[in-house]
This record gives sequence, structure tokens and C-alpha cells, in this order.
Amino acid sequence: MLSDIILTTLINGSTYALLAIGFSLIFGVARIVNIAHTAFYMVAAYCIFFATHRLGVNPVTAMLMAVIVIVLLGLICYKLFIEPIREHEAAVLIATIALAMIFQEVMLLIFKGDFRTVPPLVSGYMNLAGVKVGYQQLLTIAAALIILAGVWAFLIKTRLGLAIRSTAQDREVANLMGMNEARVAMLTLAVSVAIAALTGAVVLPLTVLNPHMWMQPLIMMMAVVVLGGLGSLKGSFAGAFILAFSEALIVFLIPKGAFLRESVALSIMILVLLMRPEGLFGIVFEEER
Amino acid sequence: MKNLKLLLVIFLAFFLVATVAMPAWSADTIKIGVIGPMNFSQGKGHWNGALMAQDEINAAGGVQVGPKKMKIELVKADSNEFISMTDATNAMELLLTREKVNFVVGGFRTEAVLAMQDIAMDYKTIFLGCGAATKSICDRVGENYDRYKYWFRITPFNNIFLARGNFIHLAMVAGIMRKTLGIQTPKVAIVGEKQAWVEAMITAAEANIPKMGMEVVGVWRPSQTATDVTAELSAIQRSGAQIVFTIFSASVGVTFAKQVGELKLPVVQVGINVEAQKEGFWEATGGMGNYVMTMNTYARDVEYNELTKPFVDGYIKRFGEVPTYTADTHEAILLLSEAIQRAGSLDPDKIVAELEKTDEEGTAGRFKFDKNHDPVWGPGYLTSLGVQWQDGKLVGVWPNKWKAAENAPEITYKGIVDYKLPPWVIEAYKK
Repeated sequence: MLSDIILTTLINGSTYALLAIGFSLIFGVARIVNIAHTAFYMVAAYCIFFATHRLGVNPVTAMLMAVIVIVLLGLICYKLFIEPIREHEAAVLIATIALAMIFQEVMLLIFKGDFRTVPPLVSGYMNLAGVKVGYQQLLTIAAALIILAGVWAFLIKTRLGLAIRSTAQDREVANLMGMNEARVAMLTLAVSVAIAALTGAVVLPLTVLNPHMWMQPLIMMMAVVVLGGLGSLKGSFAGAFILAFSEALIVFLIPKGAFLRESVALSIMILVLLMRPEGLFGIVFEEER
Repeated sequence: MKNLKLLLVIFLAFFLVATVAMPAWSADTIKIGVIGPMNFSQGKGHWNGALMAQDEINAAGGVQVGPKKMKIELVKADSNEFISMTDATNAMELLLTREKVNFVVGGFRTEAVLAMQDIAMDYKTIFLGCGAATKSICDRVGENYDRYKYWFRITPFNNIFLARGNFIHLAMVAGIMRKTLGIQTPKVAIVGEKQAWVEAMITAAEANIPKMGMEVVGVWRPSQTATDVTAELSAIQRSGAQIVFTIFSASVGVTFAKQVGELKLPVVQVGINVEAQKEGFWEATGGMGNYVMTMNTYARDVEYNELTKPFVDGYIKRFGEVPTYTADTHEAILLLSEAIQRAGSLDPDKIVAELEKTDEEGTAGRFKFDKNHDPVWGPGYLTSLGVQWQDGKLVGVWPNKWKAAENAPEITYKGIVDYKLPPWVIEAYKK
């Protein structure tokens, strides 16, 4: 059973990590709580579905197209809805909730509530410790690790990455040092939604597409970032695997309570907020950065 | 200028009165509210079935109500009940207060239907349920007849009969596994979404499956909207299950079937999977839902009686798919119009009395209500079908030489074909 739990943790944890890191990145840099983050992931999934099923584009090209569309959409949304109210964090939070609802309703209008799917990039399965595991699932883990490594390299090795990290450390000082903080925030949002789109691309063949598919990952993503520490990439990574592990434990140890997985994640989130509000790797809220 | 302002005020007042009073102008029509999750296939079924009934009745001149003929007028209401209970109750309130409908058909999710039922009963409006299976919805009629007598369930039959029907399907599949693969005591995993209507079925399944010569290896309860069940599937594989008894009405049915198919797990799926009842299931699972079996009301080329084929063929011709059970709003409106004709009035109490006398053939079998206004299940009445996905086609596989009792006659509906075991299951267990 332990091997099953570890395997399930790796599969789900990598998806949560991808989502949580994108979310954490934009919060850490620009203090934008982007509730619409998983809605971008949902829209990306629909873009891929549309490109592959309606336009006949091959899946890999469709994924690249989806990332471009989502980055453009993210930038437009930032300019129109977020930038004018950026200084008011609560207003931004509410605006992004509204954005997510708009995305959901538009997708519902275009594609209706029917469930849809795309074929896996690699079909088939293999036996791992006596349990069948799909190649697509293994590909998801690999892709998640590659994307995470890419994000890390981008942040560490590039000038923009340096700008993002320094803005995350101290916005005002970064501004004083000549960095265009607003521009860095916009570019970070682009990177963040691009990660959301890539997550959609990687996860889509494993899941079922519908306009409400953003809600369940949102709950898990919020729980992950609170556990790991708001704005902490390292924390998001660790939090994702911790929560995926707790989920797997519930399904394997209390099969009749499998539906409780989200409730447990939320309970962990509340406990963390009560006992250690800064999360595992976060910065204390009151502390001025 | 002053006169112009006065004219404007008069015009606006007239416009306001006209808008508010508009429903009252349509006194020569019978207004029927069709309520359901209209952005989802269940709601589409509600609406399409009702449209078919409306057109059939109106083409024949309408409903004879005493001395005059009245046409049917449908009013669509989106309950959005998968997402918001409040939307559902608001939609029902709007139908009854603003649209002033005479009757309501539809509803899907038990939790929403219970709330909508109370609103309809407050207004003493007949509500014909076409979606929710929970027995307790109809039990309310028996418990408080004066209040709840305006409620009737048209489809599906209640969850006790759903379970009974499913156990018969399960027994058929287990019999085939015994005969074909030599598995004498098949191991069964029960997987049911976390919803009110499932509770009684899980209890019944745990109690009855061992009595049917099978072993229950576990019960799994994923969320009804789960987008990933790989953890559950790993646990089911470990349990050694050979049959998965499914109880799904929501999107998890697609997720589950898709992921089982992708991994080619050596299990057969039998039970209820509402998503698998729809033609879109094949596309939704990318063909991975092959060999899934579910209870269903209609299937291509399967006939309960001479009324089935014209309805199913007409529905396919008009909407391009086989009707799902929520399209039995068609049956609901036909039964209602006949009851109105017999009552000769739109008085709900008189119509209730006539609906209670219903005993006639419908498109899915002979229709009769019990004392709680629940449709009667069983041979000679409604039985539904067992259907299976076989290489892209949803075909009827039950009843196939079914004997309800030892000395009862065999029942096989016209168009039924043999059940097929998935080839990878045969390969996994064939000795």
C-alpha cells in the first residue's frame, strides 16, 4: 500500500506544485492574489481541446498555441482589470474572482456543460509495484519536474528572473534601484499564467474537461500555498506534496471518506493559519518587506 | 412640452402594466414550466422531451379543457442545480410568481428537488419530477398527503427499485463471468459518488451482494465532481476487484470510466452511470468507456412497446441523439394533458385525482403510480433497460431472457443484444 500512496502522491503533488508555484510567484512579486489562476488553466485546457478537435492541430502545437493565447489573455486582463486597482489587494482579489466567473460562464456559453476529453500524448501503461500506472501519468510527473526546473532556472539565471526575485524581496527598493516595478509585475503575471497554461496542457489528458474544472484545483492550490507560505516557491513545492500525501492517505485508509480529501486539505489550511500563519516557508504577514 | 411629458408618463405606465400583466394575457394556453440544469445534458433532455410533447399536442389541436381547446406553452427555467441550490429555488419561484405557470416538470438533483418541491407545494402547483430518484421525495406524499399530493415522480423510479434493477444487472454479469471465466465468487468494489440518492443504494449493495454469491472488497466514495480518481483506482486494483458496481450521476462517471479504460484495469463496470447513458459519453471518454454497462431508459433500436420507436426515432431525428431519461418530460406532459382532459379543468385538485388513476402504456412501458405518487416498477410495468457501450454504440443488453420469478415468463425486449465482456478482462482471467 505504501508504494501506491507514494505513487499517487507524486502524480497529484506534481500537478498541485505546478499550479501553486504560478500562484505563489505572482503573489510574491506583486502581492496579487489571483483567484483566477486555475480559471486560466481551465481556459488553456479548452484552447487545446478546440485546437485539436475543431481545428485539427496536433496536440503539441495546440499546447504551444494555448500558452500564447493564455499569456495574451493574462496580459489583457492585467491591464484592464488588475493594474488600475493594484494597490488595493482586497479589490484585486474580488476582481480576480469575477474574472474566474466570467471565464467559466464564457466557456459554458461556447462549449456548454458537456464533458470533454483529449487523448493522452502517450497511451498505454506499465506495472509499477503491482499497480498499473499510465504513461501519461508518468509523463505528467516528468513534465512537472521539467517545468519546475525551468522556472527555477529562469528565476536564477536570467536578468528578468533577477528582477522578479529582487522585486519579490522588496518592491520599493527594487523601484529605487531603477527597476520598473509595474512592468516586472506584468511580466511575472505573464510567466505565472503561462505556468497555469502549461499545467492545463500537461494535466488535460488525465482529466475531464468542463467549465467548472477550475474550482477543485483552486481549493487545493490555496491550501498548498497557505501550507507552504504565501509567496514562497519552495513552500509551494513542499506543500503540494504534503497535501497530495494527505489526500492519498485518506483515499487508501478511509475509502468511504474519499470525498473528504478537499475538506481535509482545507482543514489543514485552517490549522496552519491558526498555528503558523506564515506557513512552512513564508514570511510573517506583519513583517514589512 | 407638458403634454409630451404626460404622454411619456402614460406610455411608461402602460408599458409597465403590460409587462407585468403579460402572463395573464395568455389565458388560452396551458403554461408548463420546464425546470432543469439547462446548460447540461440533463436539462437539455428535460427541454427537448417537453418540446416534443408540446409539438405533438399542439399539432393535434391542443388539450381539451372542458368546452375549449388550449395549446401548450412551455417556459424554460435554468435551475443551475449542479452549481447552486439558490439558483434552483429562485428559478422555481420565478416560474410560479412571475411566469405564473400552471404546472412544472423537471428537476434533477435530489437536494435541489426537495427544496423546489416545497415551493411548488406552497403554491399548490402540480410538479412532475423527471430526474431525482430518492425515495423520500415521494414518501412525503404519504406522510403529508394534503400538502404534497401535487407532486408526482415520472422518472426515474425510486432508488430502491434502481438498486433492485441494478442488482439484477449485476447478477447477469456475474453469471456471465462464472460461465465464461470460471470465477465462482466474483469480487465486487462498490464505487458511489457522495450524494444523497446514493446512500440507500450503498447500504443495500453491501447487504445484498454477498447474498448473491459475490464478495464485497470495499466501498469507495469519491466526490461527484472528482476530476481524478487514480488514487481510488490504485486501491481498487489492490483489492483484487473483478467487478466495479458503479453509482454515478455526475461528472465523476466520465472520469472513472476514462481512467479505468486507459489503464485497461481487469474489471467490468456495471450499475448506474448517468453520463454513460448519453451519446456524448463516447467522445467524453475518448472511447475509453468501451464495455461500460449502465441502467438506462432508452437505447437505439430497443422497443418496450409500439410507442417507443416513434418517440425515440423522432427524438434522434430532431436532436441527433438518443433521449436520456430526463427527456421523459415528454411522457410527463402527455400524462398530464390526458389527466387535464379527463378532469375537464385546470383545477390542480381535480387533476391530481385523475393523475392518480393513470394506468396506461407509455414510451418506456406501462405507467401507473403507487400511493406515494411513485411510478410502479416491475415486469409488465416500467423496468428500464441495461445498456452497454460496444465499440462506439450504446446497445440494449437487458432484459435478455429475464425471468422475474422462477415460474414467470421470460422477458426480452425487441432489439436487445448479448452482453460482452471486455477482451482484456477475458485475457486477465481466462484459465
